[in-house]
Amino acid sequence: MDDWVMEQGTVGEALARQGVSRRSLLKYGSYLATLMALPPTAGRAIAQSLAGAKRQSVIWLSFQECTGCIESLTRSFSPSVEEMIFNLISLDYQETLQAAAGEAAEKARLDAMAANKGKYVVVVDGSVSTRDGGIYSCAAGKTNLEVLKETAKDALAILSVGTCSSFGGIPHAHPNPTGAVPVSDIVTDKPVINVSGCPPVPEVIAGTVAYLVTFGKLPPLDRLGRPKPFFGDSIHDRCYRRPFYDKGLFAKSFDDEGARNGWCLYECGCKGPVTYNACATTKWNGGTSFPIQSGHGCLGCSEPNFWDMGGFYKTLPQPTHHHGRDIGAAAAVGAIAGAGTAVLARQRRQKAIEEEGKTK
Amino acid sequence: MTLLDFARGPAIEVAMVVFVFGVIWRLAWLLFLPHAQDRSKAKITGGALLSGTVGSFVRHMWPAKEYAARTLVHTVASYTFHIGLAVIVFGFGQHIQFIRSITGLHWGGLPTAVISAVSVITLAALLFMLLRRLTNPVLKVISTFTDYWSWFVTTLPVVTGLAAVSHLWIRYEDLLGIHILSVCLFLVSFPFGKLMHAFLVFVTRTQTGMFYSRRGAHV
Ligand code: SF4
Repeated sequence: MDDWVMEQGTVGEALARQGVSRRSLLKYGSYLATLMALPPTAGRAIAQSLAGAKRQSVIWLSFQECTGCIESLTRSFSPSVEEMIFNLISLDYQETLQAAAGEAAEKARLDAMAANKGKYVVVVDGSVSTRDGGIYSCAAGKTNLEVLKETAKDALAILSVGTCSSFGGIPHAHPNPTGAVPVSDIVTDKPVINVSGCPPVPEVIAGTVAYLVTFGKLPPLDRLGRPKPFFGDSIHDRCYRRPFYDKGLFAKSFDDEGARNGWCLYECGCKGPVTYNACATTKWNGGTSFPIQSGHGCLGCSEPNFWDMGGFYKTLPQPTHHHGRDIGAAAAVGAIAGAGTAVLARQRRQKAIEEEGKTK
Repeated sequence: MTLLDFARGPAIEVAMVVFVFGVIWRLAWLLFLPHAQDRSKAKITGGALLSGTVGSFVRHMWPAKEYAARTLVHTVASYTFHIGLAVIVFGFGQHIQFIRSITGLHWGGLPTAVISAVSVITLAALLFMLLRRLTNPVLKVISTFTDYWSWFVTTLPVVTGLAAVSHLWIRYEDLLGIHILSVCLFLVSFPFGKLMHAFLVFVTRTQTGMFYSRRGAHV
């Protein structure tokens, strides 16, 4: 993938300009190796590889989103993550962060595309509106749909950051008024990596970019297109409350004895067993905590349709669409059908008796 | 839509509708069927008839002593899997959650380890019943497709449920989806085959008990 990257200096040069020491880079390499469950020796190799790697040209497009994904990254607790990622890449277009506005901003995107044709990576946060030609989300007089198609045409790969761009997310939730779809529904001829989460763990965004730059190839992906080094295990697999699940010790509500004892939150609606993400290992706010640790079940935010899973407090075995009305109607129709069948049987019996009487 | 979304959504909803329709349909049909008038002179009536009927019902829960020794293993295995199924369905916390979301009723569950142990014993009893059916020459001859189907749709949820709780073989969301779908299969099969005996046993045994008690016969 060496030809992926444009001639914008190496990561090592950029880091040196920022005053980042070799020692910090080594630490970051080790951190990434741990995050990706690689052997400790890989840390040094990652650091060396990063130092010599060319900075990747990135065009960042924001569509139907809440800016939470970029906030997650730029306001990450550990500033080194933010600094590292911006040293790994050459961010050529990002509406929230760039100084340019209006036509100058759009020109920056078109210039970056022309200068790095076939070599740039497109990062997308937000889903793409498709209903009525995608008119429900526009910028600079163009629909998101048009901009995505135009930008992705000469891209090397797409990085969908956040659940909205990965799977449609909240804009895609029922009744999906804008016809929101994930990026992978639109871009089908380029590799698309999904870094899902609402928002995604900042270390996972940075780690995925670092993987691309370090190894020069796409990371291994799971069946939903997510990088396996970060999405290989479910929250449940790595949850510190798992021993309580295995013992069958569950909190029944958020203020009962079980909750106070820190028991498993499955019966409070935790979606950890069906959610794949790194929250339980990297945690949030510099490794301080994650939702389950603070006493709330996992919402399953890195999974498709997490908003429509029947409710955050509905447990996994509970039906998502239970309508008592349907069951009541089934019972009523059953009673009528049963009575009708019996009446037919009575008529047949009566007829048989009458015919028997005639033959006698 | 994932397999689990499908199972928790439309599949279980349709299965419950078919189950309720089918059960009520068969019970209503039976209730409204013409009944032959009992012209015998009643030997007992009122409370005596009631206690005679209940007594007959209870006595029929165990084979008559002439057959008890010969059918002991079979009877114990039958009771084991029936009681086991009841414990699994009504004693497992996640099943209670399910029942609660449909009916609003709930109660305390048993520890997961107890449910897992009961599931293994239930499965062993079900396997024994199948082997017996396949090897006993008389049973083999009188068995029809519906006997094997009833066994299959009863056993499948036990196997898939055990796998889901133990996180065996494949990802949990797929295991849970398959388990719920296996329950759907059970529910839609229930009213239209021999599984309906779970309701009809009360109707038929009561009718038999009442019929003989009225005549003063102690069966
Ligand atoms: S709290 Fe959630 S993720 Fe943790 S063990 Fe319980 S069900 Fe699994």
